Amino acid sequence: MVTAALAVGVLTAGGVFLVLRPGLVRITFGFVLLGHAVNILLLTAGGTDRRNPPLLGHGDTAEMADPLPQAFVLTAIVITFGITVLLLGMARAHADWAGAARTDRADGEQAGRHRGERQRPRPRRADTESPGSPDRPNGGGRGGEPHPREEGDS
Amino acid sequence: MISTALTLPVAVPLLAAGLLVLLPDSTGLRRWTAAVVSLGVLAFGVVLLVETADGTVVHQSVGGWPPGIAIVLAADTLTALMLCVSAVLVLASLAFAAGARDDREPLFLPLVLMLSAGVYGAFLTADLFNLFVFVEVMLVPSYALLTVVGGPDRWAAGRVYVTFSLLASTALLGGVGLLYGVMGTVNLGELAGAATRETTAALATGVVLLALAAKAAVVPLHGWLPRCYPATRPSVTLLFSGLLTKVGVYAIIRIYAVVFDGTGLGPVIMAAALVTMVVGVLGAVGQPDMRGILCFHMVSQIGYLLLALALFTERGLAAGVFFLVQYVLVKAALLACAGVVEHTHGTDRLEHLGGLSRSAPLLAGCFLVAAFSLAGMPPLSGFTAKFALLLAAAAQAEYLAVAVAALVSLLTLTSMVKIWGAVFWGTAPDGVPGGDAAGPRTPPDSAPDAPPDEPRRTAARTRARPALLAATVALAVPSLVLGLFAEPLLTAASTAASGLIDPTGYVEAVTR
Repeated sequence: MVTAALAVGVLTAGGVFLVLRPGLVRITFGFVLLGHAVNILLLTAGGTDRRNPPLLGHGDTAEMADPLPQAFVLTAIVITFGITVLLLGMARAHADWAGAARTDRADGEQAGRHRGERQRPRPRRADTESPGSPDRPNGGGRGGEPHPREEGDS
Repeated sequence: MISTALTLPVAVPLLAAGLLVLLPDSTGLRRWTAAVVSLGVLAFGVVLLVETADGTVVHQSVGGWPPGIAIVLAADTLTALMLCVSAVLVLASLAFAAGARDDREPLFLPLVLMLSAGVYGAFLTADLFNLFVFVEVMLVPSYALLTVVGGPDRWAAGRVYVTFSLLASTALLGGVGLLYGVMGTVNLGELAGAATRETTAALATGVVLLALAAKAAVVPLHGWLPRCYPATRPSVTLLFSGLLTKVGVYAIIRIYAVVFDGTGLGPVIMAAALVTMVVGVLGAVGQPDMRGILCFHMVSQIGYLLLALALFTERGLAAGVFFLVQYVLVKAALLACAGVVEHTHGTDRLEHLGGLSRSAPLLAGCFLVAAFSLAGMPPLSGFTAKFALLLAAAAQAEYLAVAVAALVSLLTLTSMVKIWGAVFWGTAPDGVPGGDAAGPRTPPDSAPDAPPDEPRRTAARTRARPALLAATVALAVPSLVLGLFAEPLLTAASTAASGLIDPTGYVEAVTR
């Protein structure tokens, strides 16, 4: 029990620290840690002293672990995994969109501007093709596409 | 009979979203599917409203598992009302997105459907862990919507929004875990009154409520909302405004009513309510654009809902439910007005606009109705709601709350008059109403490193497309109707309120 509490505490501390750092990739890892912390918390909620597999006909029911928190944890893991992929997709899409360096380094502005200029012609052309409409099927949409796809899968 | 269909509002939109991703790329097909599905949910909500009008609680144990194991869905009048108003809002934003051509993005409509499925699920579920799951189902598409079809500030806004929402979700899950550890169940029915009996359960539920308060943008956890909502497209702001924070508010109301029996946190909720009202309305003063102002008012109005919850009397809750329903539509109408202005003029910054009452009289009329309703002027729905709320507060001798609520209404009116004066009266800054396109481009504070293709601000000045105006009118008219003929909704709101005051029916239905 104490070990679980310590693990939750350490993971939460690390997770919160990373989430408060700049940069989407660090934030992603922060949420991975926070996800682990909450998963351990959920498992602990079912009691840590009963550990036998919760299968009927396989031993004493008093010794069996509570299956419900395990189901919770499985669901939570799937959600955390989806979120991790989404966050990494966002980081990637943003890097594609505005220039690689901006995601992680505040001093990467120079590089970002450089990339941005090289990308300019495409969106401009899209703009002149359809002056009345503010939407832009290519450009930003292209960079943003991967993550919702991943989303649908999870 | 209808109880076996309670899964449909969740299952059908999710299924439709999945199919639309697989089916060939056709905007027309996606539009009609989304519209039909949302209309179906609206019809279902109306049937549910009729079914629950006498206070019965419709419930279903999914999969027919015995009580205690089954996932329970339940609907009372409050749920039915929320389903109806959410479906109306989804329909309006679908029309608006069609008018703005936002839904040509292949994933836009599937994402909207997924989001709405999560919202309906969160209203229907009677199980805290499922509430968490449905909140996630609702939020994950919203992350994608914010970043895929956002404006130029979307990355900065998206990062704040995603990070904050995920932290709140983690806290919500942690709270649910703690509650399970203490009580051994997460079924709302079995948790009924738990917080009044055991301090540990009250603490664990407190964590859940805190996480939900963050999702509902209650001060001091409100910072993300006014920063993120204006950064996306108007159609997406419209959708988010009526759904995301309202799910948080709904869940707070439900959990406080059932698990706390409406006692124990009154002073805390009252303090949060008053601070939220005041901070929201004052924050709006400093905003330079229509949507920024409206988003801060969103925070402010959450305070009124919490005030109703803090009172926890039948009259107060009835006023709160009435307020919630009409407010979703009023706020959406205002955001739709801002969206139309943005689409026709390329910006919604006050200093670049003027004279729209002459060039767009219908839009100006809609804005006037919705703005006066938001501020609480008779004979509009906002007046009925706020008047009932103030009477209920006065009946409990909460005179400070009455004073603050009245003052905040006045300040809201000032903000609305500010928008009216800057956007609809006077002349456009260029001298010609709706003048040339050079003026409003690229305000100085827009992200300096954003590529030059800023979709929000470079639209040519055209007349508003009919679908945009239709959505706006459709959202503004109910305010007038609900103001003049408030009786049916007030009756439904009282039924919902008595269900919250005495949740026995709900609890029995959920545990049976």
